[in-house]
Amino acid sequence: MFRARSIQSSLSIKDKFLSIDYILVISIFILGLTSILAMYSTDGGELRYHTQSHILRFFVFFGMFLILSFIQIRFWHSQSYLIYILFFILLLGVKYFGLTSSGSKRWLDLYFMNLQPSELMKVGLILFLAKYYHRTSIENLNRIRYLFLPVVVLIAPIILVATQPDLGTALLIAAGGLTVAWLAGVRVKFFAISGLAFLALLPIAISFLKPYQKSRILTFLNPERDPLGAGYQIIQSKIAIGSGGLFGKGFLQGSQSYLDYLPEKHTDFIFTLFSEEFGFFGSLFILFLYAIIVWRIIKIGNVTRSNFGKLFCYGFGTAFFIYVVVNMMMVLGLLPIVGSPLPIMSYGGSSMMAIMFGLGIVMSCKVYKDTPVN
Amino acid sequence: MLSPSSGNTVIKSKLIGRRMFLLTAAKAIVTFGIIGRLVSLQINERTKYKTLSDKNRFREWKLAPERGVIKDFFDKEIASNQQVYQVHLIPENSKDIEKLFVRLKTILNITEKKLFYLRRVITKQKPWEPIIVSDNITWSEFSRLNLFLHELEGVKPIVSVARMYPDNSSAHILGYVSQVSAKDLQTKKYLKELHVPGMSIGKTGLERKLDEEIIGKIGFQRYEVNAYGKRIKQILINEGQAGKSFKTTLDFEVQKFSSELIKDKAAAVCVMDVYNGDIVSLVSSPTFEPNEFVHGLDKNYWNSLIKNEMKPLTNKAIAGLYPPGSTIKTLVALSALENGVIKPLDTFKCEGKIELYGEKFHCWEKDGHGIVNLRKGIQRSCDVYFYEVARKLGVDKLSETAKKFGLGKKVLNGFIEERAGVVPNTKWKKKFIGQNWYLGETLHSGIGQGYFQSTPLQLCLMTAQIANGGFEIKPRIIFDKKNNNLREYIKYKNEYPNDPLPTDLLISNFELKPLFKNQEHINLIKDAMFSSSNEPGGTSYRHRWENKKFTFAGKTGSSQIKRFTEAQREAEVKQESLPYKDRDHALFVAYAPYSDPKYAISVLVEHGGSGGKAAAPIAKKIIKKVLERHELRERIDSLLGEQV
Repeated sequence: MFRARSIQSSLSIKDKFLSIDYILVISIFILGLTSILAMYSTDGGELRYHTQSHILRFFVFFGMFLILSFIQIRFWHSQSYLIYILFFILLLGVKYFGLTSSGSKRWLDLYFMNLQPSELMKVGLILFLAKYYHRTSIENLNRIRYLFLPVVVLIAPIILVATQPDLGTALLIAAGGLTVAWLAGVRVKFFAISGLAFLALLPIAISFLKPYQKSRILTFLNPERDPLGAGYQIIQSKIAIGSGGLFGKGFLQGSQSYLDYLPEKHTDFIFTLFSEEFGFFGSLFILFLYAIIVWRIIKIGNVTRSNFGKLFCYGFGTAFFIYVVVNMMMVLGLLPIVGSPLPIMSYGGSSMMAIMFGLGIVMSCKVYKDTPVN
Repeated sequence: MLSPSSGNTVIKSKLIGRRMFLLTAAKAIVTFGIIGRLVSLQINERTKYKTLSDKNRFREWKLAPERGVIKDFFDKEIASNQQVYQVHLIPENSKDIEKLFVRLKTILNITEKKLFYLRRVITKQKPWEPIIVSDNITWSEFSRLNLFLHELEGVKPIVSVARMYPDNSSAHILGYVSQVSAKDLQTKKYLKELHVPGMSIGKTGLERKLDEEIIGKIGFQRYEVNAYGKRIKQILINEGQAGKSFKTTLDFEVQKFSSELIKDKAAAVCVMDVYNGDIVSLVSSPTFEPNEFVHGLDKNYWNSLIKNEMKPLTNKAIAGLYPPGSTIKTLVALSALENGVIKPLDTFKCEGKIELYGEKFHCWEKDGHGIVNLRKGIQRSCDVYFYEVARKLGVDKLSETAKKFGLGKKVLNGFIEERAGVVPNTKWKKKFIGQNWYLGETLHSGIGQGYFQSTPLQLCLMTAQIANGGFEIKPRIIFDKKNNNLREYIKYKNEYPNDPLPTDLLISNFELKPLFKNQEHINLIKDAMFSSSNEPGGTSYRHRWENKKFTFAGKTGSSQIKRFTEAQREAEVKQESLPYKDRDHALFVAYAPYSDPKYAISVLVEHGGSGGKAAAPIAKKIIKKVLERHELRERIDSLLGEQV
């Protein structure tokens, strides 16, 4: 115990800077620059609103990420529940004071930005469960009594988000939480049982689905069902990506996006635009950057001593990976359009903020890797 | 407390690590899945998606080209273009098609049936492709439409051009144009790239023959459009190219004149330049109104055409098959001379009939012609003489000569309606009828009956090739300055009558193909034809021209529809008293002027009775008309010659 403390206390500012994972920082930075390029293209090759605010957000939240990196891991551990509760209150706030846009209530007006608390909750839940399972002993882990709290903290935000309605984000929040629980050692049988229960409840759940959500699922199963309606997005996205070919149509030359065939090109379909303009190799480049980021996050999980740190890094790294692949599979026509942004690349302050927040905690795990948390 | 807790922590770390390893493996699989999908979309299927992307980007509007015009020899347009007013509709620009239809119905004269058809067209084509609501509206409808245009979203008033025929005298040879049918698209390759909604194509006659060239090249406007169909910018515009115009060898004046002469009969006339095969006139009667076909045919009119017994839609000059009758006798005599079977002065005695192989063969002159030689045989058209000649000649030699002169095969290029006819011989009968040749049939063939089938054009060609001294010519209808070799040869012969070069060599120098062994034989036939038209006793003596300028030499013919019974023969039944359907077809072929042959003519009158009575008078008038216009034609010809 003492040794550990001494090590921690002996960290000088220089040591802290040196212990930062530079590969991760540089990868994020390159990805950020790439996203600015893509955003510039969505604005039709002009420095307009989307590009300007994306640049601003990226640099602000990138700075935030660097600052958060130097905050003690202990702080994150001790404040985990509080952070979760704060995010949950914000979510509740959305329910009562939220802004409604295109039929769903997702945002809080904070005057300087519209905040989407559900994005923050993606990280908040992982943080909560990482602490919870860090503190739960391995004997108690699979006792029903100890499963109660995780289920509540998982279900409550999901219900709030799903009723906004925002099914995509709700599922992604659940994915992050379940990952942490599973990594911590919760038996597979519990997942199986809850999976079956979910299936049993599915017909009831479907009856609660909005017509547009039902149609999205049907459309995914058969995109040509209604080529000008709900299937339109998938078809046009596939056309854009496929027509990019090996080397792409060239920067600012993506006819599909330029001519407005791509829906929501600066948010969910930013990868499509990039893929159309830079082709197969461009897509591989993006995929490669994300692979490095996920790899470094998992690596930090490996080197960090505390199980809180491990659980958070593994959980966040996996969730990050899931966000990326869900978005890509969606635009590639492998998953229904659920509305999930591509981390860092997509336009959207809340998503950027949440990701940078999570990355900051990850980096803190690296800087304070040998510091025990309790 | 500390120790188990820390041990617990280590066990937990290991568990977490194990599970993370599993997750990492799963991630790798998913990543490769995504790469695989990228490979399939961006590499394997990139061509497909590039095409789809271009289809998104570009929209093309095709512009129908203007059809080339067809002119006669004197540059008068005989198939021209006319301004028409049309109503087009672009379905995607209209918010409510049904409402629009209701509104259009009050402005234009559109039937419910037409609307039904339009609705079907709309479902079949791209929403931005225009449909043609009406392709020929009147000026008053057009101006009314323009007045209400602001409330007719998607409707476009268009000023276009369409085919117009100034006259129906040339309807058969020109043919007509009409809308492209589904079958046309399948069978005509050149239409694949050309298809524009509402475009007309040639269906018969010259219009069909020339279609590929006369139709022109399609124009198009290509725009880049956004996802909402709005035009962003014009990428390409191609005005297309109006179709090529054609000058024909026809003389519109003669066409009108001939057409007027035969308008009440089922008949055909064909006039040809004997030296270069230029068809000066080719008419068939009764005719039809080709303009009716351009903008969708009226059903009643169509029914009246196909129910008409005189078959107005058939071009009888090239698609009507008739036994050549006595007009073939010129060739029978020529063949016999060429083959050395008879000498010109050999005689036979005609007693009105002969009996051969147990069958009676009658001459048309019941009392007989007495002693007949070749010249008298042709002049009087003595059947018995030609029975004897044919018997000696044999059908195979006759068929050889007949084929050489253009019978039994198509002589024009590219007219689908043209028919070849039949020149029978022993082999032909074996092949097509499956029986041996009877000698009696040779006798029938000798007077152009039996299996013989020919078109008036073929008979005209046959006569022209006799008239020009026995050289092969190719009938042509599209004007072409070349091929005046025969004229030059004749000119040369006249200027240097004593040229030491052997005739064979001379002929081959002028790239001519003689159809004779001895040209003297041709001259004998020509002379016999002269006597038939201009000497007392000749079959068309009554209709001769005394004026040297118009004097023609001809041969009558009548092709039997029904064999006369012995009883009818005894009763001397006249053709005029027979029912129309049973009367003979009247034929007459001639060339004129006799002294310096320029044109050949054939006239056919279906069920007209005898050639001398029904066909020769018509030919006589047309010959005069054509020869009167000859100098004019000559002048134009020389003018055109200078230009080259």
